[in-house]
Amino acid sequence: MNLSEKQLKKYENIAKKIRKEILDISYKTKSTHIGSSFSIVEILVALYFKHLKLNPKKPLNKNRDKFILSKGHACSAFYTTLFYKGFFDKKFFNGFAKDGGTLEHHPNRDIKRGIEASTGSLGHGLSLGVGMALASKYNKSKQKIYILLADGELNEGSNWEAIMFAAQHKLDNLVAIVDYNKIQALGRVKDVINLKPLSKKWQSFNWGVKEINGHNFKQIFNALEKIPFKKNRPNVIIANTIKGKGVSFMENKLLWHYRCPDDNEYKKALKEL
Amino acid sequence: MKNIFVKKFTQLAKTNKNIFLLTGDLGFKLFDDFRKNCPKRFFNIGVAEANMISIAAGLSLSEKNVYCYSIAPFLIMRAFEQVRVDICFHNLNVKLLGGGTGLSYGLEGMTHHTIEDFAIMKALPNMTVIAPGDIKEAEEIAKQSINYPGPIYIRLPKQANESVYKTDPKIKIGKGEIVEYGKDICLITTGSMLYNSKIALEKLKKKKIKPTLVSIHTIKPLDENLIKKISKTHKYIFVIEEHSLIGGLGTSVAEILLESKYKGMFKKIALPDKYSCYIGHLPYLYDKYGLSPEKIYKNILHTIKNK
Repeated sequence: MNLSEKQLKKYENIAKKIRKEILDISYKTKSTHIGSSFSIVEILVALYFKHLKLNPKKPLNKNRDKFILSKGHACSAFYTTLFYKGFFDKKFFNGFAKDGGTLEHHPNRDIKRGIEASTGSLGHGLSLGVGMALASKYNKSKQKIYILLADGELNEGSNWEAIMFAAQHKLDNLVAIVDYNKIQALGRVKDVINLKPLSKKWQSFNWGVKEINGHNFKQIFNALEKIPFKKNRPNVIIANTIKGKGVSFMENKLLWHYRCPDDNEYKKALKEL
Repeated sequence: MKNIFVKKFTQLAKTNKNIFLLTGDLGFKLFDDFRKNCPKRFFNIGVAEANMISIAAGLSLSEKNVYCYSIAPFLIMRAFEQVRVDICFHNLNVKLLGGGTGLSYGLEGMTHHTIEDFAIMKALPNMTVIAPGDIKEAEEIAKQSINYPGPIYIRLPKQANESVYKTDPKIKIGKGEIVEYGKDICLITTGSMLYNSKIALEKLKKKKIKPTLVSIHTIKPLDENLIKKISKTHKYIFVIEEHSLIGGLGTSVAEILLESKYKGMFKKIALPDKYSCYIGHLPYLYDKYGLSPEKIYKNILHTIKNK
């Protein structure tokens, strides 16, 4: 797909705005997981602002594409995207992480506001998506089901149960995206449970695989447009990303899985964004 | 009980195109009719219970009515957190059919026995917990489960005894059933123990003791009004169940009795807080654990006489 420089700029600007907003709400509410949220911004922008067949005005449309954030802890990026896309109003969005508020640190199902499933416990999203993909095939719908997974999340055995089942049943309407930022809760992926060779693993389970730079819009759109990658096979995009992407002192740092920025860090980060 | 339930369920599912059936690679011959008649709505998920429960949730999130089957401990304990988050938190129309249950897998041993399921399933918000006591209850619950909103765990032992009901009972999910009216003593039973207690009751009658017999097929939500009513007219209440002494029907009944200031005598007849240390078929295990009709009879008789 050939995107003009102008079009690319448009998506980059949205991503920039969303990163700033994530920084802002994390700082204001002292919320964690900012690094996990920064690593998926471009993926979410590509999905919500171009690729997904979704209309916030008709959230219950039976043939809508469905998206599940299986790595529910990256909710600040998800909520912000939904807010910018028009699923939330300002007042609802402002209820994030507040006593008596509207949104907590992991998403709860709210279809009218674009949240298809409650997540937060890892290793559930892909199987939920498989169920949705089966229903979709049975209904003869053309909708697709997208699941965004964390790399550390792939430690959960249930994913591999779902991976085998999806291939067995030729669920080519299922799209898994792995946010491969290479850092999990207590350390580097390679030091905890090394996933290498990740693409080959999925290939050998009979999935169609594309490995991309998950911050490069051209590559993301290119991959999304080519679904299904192989006939009768489920699809996975291995998105190589950087945890904390966008703020130099947050990039590739485990600390930003947990830390929320203090006054100085907030100002410094804001300048970079 | 399992076969009767599945037979009735299959009969109804044939014309209800919204019903899906998932199994974790278990139920040999049990689902042949369903498979034959509804092949597109049947999925053998494989030996992967966690995946099965979440897939069921995904189907249900897409408005399907889903039934899942496996041997009970694999179904609800291996995949407990999936049941909790995906089924119960979403409050979905997913029915969990637990095969075997209690000690009914006899010689298969501890891994296949299910003695903690009431306690575990009861604790989950939104979950309805049911243990049909005989074939009439099993058939009726199969029927009513289809349009019942929210998740249900249904305990289906292997054995199917003849019905204890002389006439067709008016079974309703959430309501207890008085099988037989008696005096002073009440046997509150659930699931497989309905039949064993009925035989014990016949033996007691020969000793000129005539207890009331109650079937509680719905463990949660429990028919509190019925328990309270019984507590006002009976001096002895026994709860008989094929479940651990901890957290089962007996525990639920005790809570109601305590809150309603019951002054009579209360006793649980259930399995000890232990994994089975005996090897044998179901009737042998019933005898060893005091749940055979004879042992139930003796226990009740002894308790009353020594009061």
